[in-house]
Amino acid sequence: MPAFLSRGSPYGQVLWTWLNVDEFQPRIAFYLDSLSLLMVVVVTFVSFLIHLYSAEFMEEDEGYSRFFAYMNLFVGSMVVLLLADNLLLLNLGWEGVGLCSYLLIGFWYRDPVNGAAARKAFIVTRAGDTAMIIGLFILFQRLGTLEIQDLMHLATAQWAIGSPVATTVAALLIGGAVGKSAQLPLQTWLPDAMAGPTPTSALIHAATMVTAGVYLIARTHALFTLAPDAQLAVAVIGAATLLVAGCSALTQSDIKRVLAYSTVSQIGYMFLALGAGSWAAAIFHFMTHAFFKALLFLAAGIVIEAFHHEHSIFRMGGLRRELPVAFWTFLIGGCSLAGLPLITAGYFSKDFILWSVWSSRGGGPWLWIAGIAGVLLTALYTFRLIFLVFFGESRTPVSHRPGSRIVLPVVILAALSVAGGWFRGPLLGFLNRTLPPMIEGHTGMPEMLSGAIAALAFLVGLGAAYLFFMRKPAYAASLIRFGALRRLHALWFADWGFDWLYDQTLVRPFVWIATANQRDVVDDVFTAIARWNQAAHRALSLTETGRLRWYAAAIGAGAVIFVGVVLLR
Amino acid sequence: MILAWLIFILLVAGILAAIAARRSHDMARWISLAATLLDLALTLALWIQHSGRISFGNSGDWLEQVDWTWIPQLGIHFHLALDGLSLLLLALTFFLGVLSVLCSWSEIAHSVGFFHLNLLWILAGITGVFLATDLFLFYFAWELMLVPMYFLIVLWGHEHRVYAAVKFFLFTQLSGLLMLVAILVLYFFHHAGGGIYTFDYEQLLHTPLSSRAALWIMLGFFAAFAVKLPLFPFHTWLPDAHTEAPTAGSVILAGLLLKTGAYGMIRFVVPLFPGAAREFAPVAMSLGVAGIIYCAVMAFSQHDLKRLVAYTSVSHLGFVVLGVFSWNELALQGAVMTMLCHGISTGALFILTGALQERIHTRELGQMGGLWSTAPRLSGAGLYFALASLGLPGLGDFIGEFLVLLGAWRYHRVLTIVASIGVLAATFYALRLVQRAFHGPNEYRWTLTDLVPREGVIIALMAISLLWLGLYPQPVLSTFSPALHALEAKAQATAVIR
Repeated sequence: MPAFLSRGSPYGQVLWTWLNVDEFQPRIAFYLDSLSLLMVVVVTFVSFLIHLYSAEFMEEDEGYSRFFAYMNLFVGSMVVLLLADNLLLLNLGWEGVGLCSYLLIGFWYRDPVNGAAARKAFIVTRAGDTAMIIGLFILFQRLGTLEIQDLMHLATAQWAIGSPVATTVAALLIGGAVGKSAQLPLQTWLPDAMAGPTPTSALIHAATMVTAGVYLIARTHALFTLAPDAQLAVAVIGAATLLVAGCSALTQSDIKRVLAYSTVSQIGYMFLALGAGSWAAAIFHFMTHAFFKALLFLAAGIVIEAFHHEHSIFRMGGLRRELPVAFWTFLIGGCSLAGLPLITAGYFSKDFILWSVWSSRGGGPWLWIAGIAGVLLTALYTFRLIFLVFFGESRTPVSHRPGSRIVLPVVILAALSVAGGWFRGPLLGFLNRTLPPMIEGHTGMPEMLSGAIAALAFLVGLGAAYLFFMRKPAYAASLIRFGALRRLHALWFADWGFDWLYDQTLVRPFVWIATANQRDVVDDVFTAIARWNQAAHRALSLTETGRLRWYAAAIGAGAVIFVGVVLLR
Repeated sequence: MILAWLIFILLVAGILAAIAARRSHDMARWISLAATLLDLALTLALWIQHSGRISFGNSGDWLEQVDWTWIPQLGIHFHLALDGLSLLLLALTFFLGVLSVLCSWSEIAHSVGFFHLNLLWILAGITGVFLATDLFLFYFAWELMLVPMYFLIVLWGHEHRVYAAVKFFLFTQLSGLLMLVAILVLYFFHHAGGGIYTFDYEQLLHTPLSSRAALWIMLGFFAAFAVKLPLFPFHTWLPDAHTEAPTAGSVILAGLLLKTGAYGMIRFVVPLFPGAAREFAPVAMSLGVAGIIYCAVMAFSQHDLKRLVAYTSVSHLGFVVLGVFSWNELALQGAVMTMLCHGISTGALFILTGALQERIHTRELGQMGGLWSTAPRLSGAGLYFALASLGLPGLGDFIGEFLVLLGAWRYHRVLTIVASIGVLAATFYALRLVQRAFHGPNEYRWTLTDLVPREGVIIALMAISLLWLGLYPQPVLSTFSPALHALEAKAQATAVIR
């Protein structure tokens, strides 16, 4: 370990050989470089704060020990995922965090709704994982190993840029990544995942697990460099997701669902950065996002507790004076999320992504415009949330106030949501030991100008939110009463109909077929044979009448036919 | 000699248990427990004794042999032989044997002596199947498994036990007869080729056969093994038999009897008829993959918990067929690994179902729900083994299925992709099982006693084994891989002769 710190070279440790079959020798081994180190530090640190918060938040719950068992299993699996030196071990951590996500979404198991959300999360992410597993088959068949560093070297040496096999494998890995990171078209599970306890949403469904897909792509960046088409797909998925989810966030009424769509949208920014080849920018945004989104969820937890487990933002209001801690921390988190210029961490990381997207070789103006539109949307939905929850009239009395174990983590995260952006230079330098710097392609957009336009978009979003949800709430209410806008609102509220589509085309037909064939049609074939035998048995029994003349007649007739056949042949 | 003891101990203890039960039921149970434990200890001792020698060295050798002349006029020997593959399957047999005795302790209340006689004789038959290298003896052991299992279902089973038992008997007996015919044909072909009447496996490997004859004889063997495995579409006896059998019966059926079919394919079908097997492989693999998907969907729709688990068995055994007929090292080792892990994980699910049925007297998922709140340890165990069944990495089943798929990828991509979707489909039924039984509201207000220490020990042993097989499977892999190498070499040699 000291060698790692002093020399700055990656550090590997082999625990034991997992399997040794033929040429296939994956090991239980860990690999630490600047990428995994940064991720592990952020994950464990945020986990610690959220555990501290949960110690108070979950105090009254009957499943207190079960909750912490699942949470710790999660952190363990996440660290395995990040440190794994081969893709099979990474897969173990990957499935492990998926399992914990399932267990924690369905933590309050008595309500079947929570169970359904949990199963949806597990199944949708596993659908992506199936693609990823097939990617592993191809990698092993072509390159003979699953160790990540070896794979990257071999792939770079053996495959040409744009070769079909590199593109195929990268596309299959994207399958796994969009499932885990809730990107289009597999984003539908994350909003439902909010059925879990709020600390879970903060840790798993905002700060850490859902960024596993970003980590996977950054970890295998050499492969994506060989597959420009796949990399472009990552950027397009990211851009589309950040807009689609941003629109959905604008229409939600459940405070946690707003934040969930916002998470989907922010991971879209990370994908956009990955697609542009600005690997370090994605990881930097992962870090700031982990701080401010964990903060927002934890503060939202305080709000929800204060209002008797009320989730609807339209029944909240006026919390600014009642709960100043929640207000100020949520405001800081919200500003960071929306990108309040020059102060917040979120602004620095997002600004860097936007500029990279314009100027990188894989990016361009169109993706940049999507990103800027996203900034506007983000500011709009974030301040909508803040104005509705913390300003205006108080609609529900406050019933519960947080104690010190809840306040402390929230305050620390609030500090980091601001200060996290100040260390951009050193952090990017540190990451660039592992991740190659972006390759510039397009010029004409100085970083200052991109940042200024982003700041302008932020102000426009803030102003619109102020107008619609603070000054003239009646405007917003009357706007969505119009025909086309009402339908648009309904569409966005229902996540653009993805759930409906999957339900109609996949879930229902599957359940219908399964239910229709409950008694196993194959068995009917065998039953038919048995029936036929019984019928034959009955038919033959009829001849056994006990009447001698019938027997004599049958023998006679049989003899005649037999002789006839023999003679006439 | 020790190999013969493994069988005789069970046969004799069965009779002793039947006699002792007249005096005391518990004595019959203790005798059975002692016999299975003794066999388990002997097998583990063999494993330890040979663990140094199990290497990639001289692959033609058996680790242990017994060869007595039985009916010399017909060339029949009492010939048992052990390699790493048989060794591990025997370890599984006696491990599950001990657990079946334990899990029947309170479930079986009438005719206790005769029950244990049947139980031990089935185990003896299974032991014979895994050890026999004389095809006549093999067939003898094959039938020895069948009759006591019939009694087990028909006497101690549930509501529709007679129907299920007769169905089980007809399916396996008819397919077994096809194998008998195939064995005899092979026997006469061997005589025609070399003038010697013998049932000896090693010698029959060298029987000259035309490729047409080889295909037909192979199909005879294949029929018996495919029904036992069971391979889609011959699986329909299994849900009935599993559902109606007492818990120990289901554990042995799923954990061991099905494995005899897979074992037969690995030991006999491919090495004896390599060319025909290769020719037939696409059909067999397609049926295996069809079974993976079809039975996963079937499992999803079942209301009876035991029936659900039964269908998952067929689905998992599809991976074994896929692996065996890919016939490369990765896939083959994965197939054997799947056999071992499936025996444990599915056995555990049946034991838990049996424990539930003892408590709530139903297997209907519709009558369960919310059991976590009243029996958390039982429910947690159910969750654990459901996760094993859906192939969670870290538990043994994942290793087996991953290796099968990795190996099968080299042979056939489309089939492998479809089979991978089968892994996803496993998620549907496993999570549905957990939701319906353990999660959700406790609508029927069940208040259950949680796992008692006896059940706790059974479940803990199985859970630890699966974790071990998932994280450090190498000792197991290196035990059976020389045996598989030897089989591959035999198949190669046979292919060259023909």
